[in-house]
Amino acid sequence: MLGDVFSYLTDGSNWSGSTGIAAFGAQQLLLTVTSLVIAVVVGLPPALYLGHRGRGGFLAINISNVGRAVPVFAVLLVLALGPIGSEEFGPFGRAGLATLVALVLFALPPIITNAYVAVAEVDPGVVEAARGMGMSGTRVFGSVELPLAMPVVLTGVRLALVQVWATATIAALVAGPGLGRVITRGFANHRTYEVVAGAVLVAVGALVLELVAVLVQRYADPMRRASREIARSAP
Amino acid sequence: MSSDAMIRLSGVGKTYDDGTVAVHALDLEVERGELVCLVGPSGCGKSTTLKMINRLIEPTIGTIEIDGRDVTDQDPVRLRRGIGYVIQEVGLFPHQKIIANVMTVPLLYGESRATARERARELLELVGLDPATYADRYPSQLSGGQQQRVGVARALAAKPPVLLMDEPFGAVDPLVRLRLQDEFLRLHRELGVTVVFVTHDIDEAVRLGDRVAVFAAGGRIAQYDTPARLLGRPADDFVAEFVGSTSGLRRLDVTPLDPAHLEPLDGVTAGDLGAAIDVDSTLGHALAVLLRDDAGLVGVRDGARFVGVLTPNGIHRALRAALAEMTEATSAAG
Repeated sequence: MLGDVFSYLTDGSNWSGSTGIAAFGAQQLLLTVTSLVIAVVVGLPPALYLGHRGRGGFLAINISNVGRAVPVFAVLLVLALGPIGSEEFGPFGRAGLATLVALVLFALPPIITNAYVAVAEVDPGVVEAARGMGMSGTRVFGSVELPLAMPVVLTGVRLALVQVWATATIAALVAGPGLGRVITRGFANHRTYEVVAGAVLVAVGALVLELVAVLVQRYADPMRRASREIARSAP
Repeated sequence: MSSDAMIRLSGVGKTYDDGTVAVHALDLEVERGELVCLVGPSGCGKSTTLKMINRLIEPTIGTIEIDGRDVTDQDPVRLRRGIGYVIQEVGLFPHQKIIANVMTVPLLYGESRATARERARELLELVGLDPATYADRYPSQLSGGQQQRVGVARALAAKPPVLLMDEPFGAVDPLVRLRLQDEFLRLHRELGVTVVFVTHDIDEAVRLGDRVAVFAAGGRIAQYDTPARLLGRPADDFVAEFVGSTSGLRRLDVTPLDPAHLEPLDGVTAGDLGAAIDVDSTLGHALAVLLRDDAGLVGVRDGARFVGVLTPNGIHRALRAALAEMTEATSAAG
């Protein structure tokens, strides 16, 4: 069984072609990154702003949590059968638009919740000192609140990234794009090793993305830089 | 009314939207170079009053002038750059090195990085932190007392004429607090900056303040006076209770020695004198030396010359005389 999985994955012919692993993998990555970028562009600015104001976040978090409460599969089905339909959508393939919308809705809650909470809960003493010394609201946000909130904001984005990648797999259930197609194809043809191979690919992809995200986060977080220097100077 | 008021609050009040009155029509004048303490129980409006001076809280009525200019006519962000601000939480930026923290306000003013850095190093020296050791550390690597020294340095970086302090030494342990208070007094004398200092600790208030305003609930000033008069002649029962039953002891620390209450050196040998104290000392210091040496008297000198001896009786007479002076001054003023 594991041998079958291994030989399936190492057979170059399974990777090539328009229904090969490479094409489906690229599609899933494109889908994941696109929906994440849209969710960041749509969700991050209002969440950060509300966090800076320190109010209204409750509403934003609850609205975005609707995306968490409703199963993505249900959203996907409704969208694919409804007005958006399941036509080809550019490089995203069949039912591409429906999948994108469902994934964006799914990516919003962790991004919005983390961003709002991160900024709203920056040490009030630090913010008061910043205002008291004559920083404008914009500068308090840019020089103090955002750098200090960055770790938690980035954690939200990272969570969304990995969740979206994993969830993108279900697009195959409406014959949509992505690595899920390897799994559904295996089911349809009673090739268990292909089902397992597809699952392995999704899992490995999630781990790789998580790793990349952690490295990016480490690089972008001002507090980590500070604590690294502290650790280095410790006797 | 003094003509040299640096800060003048006239009829200043703050009522919140829900009807809570935090401060009730307050008048307060702080003279140029003066260190004034606002003291009172929690919730009495002393912090609110302080924050209205730099407009972190907007007053609902009244006017606040700094150096003759109404603060409400000025852009609040620019106004705050000209006023030092120190808070109990310190509020250093944890992601920036100490030097960068102190450079913040000069940079806001548009100074070059080189000038700001130079200024920041001077200030670290001024507050007793060696720049070579501390400039490149992060706030979390400093003790609470050291962090507040940086907080004071940061507030003074732009040479503000006015410094507002909100319980700045409230979070450090008592020994460190005493040292910070001493050093801050020295700093205040050196720089001549006008200071408004909020504390809930009456000991801290009488120790530091040139004058002390005792706040009662509802943002009303119960008494605004020198520490000696506050302790010796509390205006009402509330103030008397607030300054406490040990106010007599505290008065020793704010009442200077008077040569008139010394006794002559006749018949006293050098061996009886023990350690002599300076004629500029307070009665508190005199009593402490008296108790320590257990001699029943203590020599007092003016420079190298002995001017007399002080006995417990003399201390008692000095305290009574100080009270009598206050009474005269009060009736003369009234």
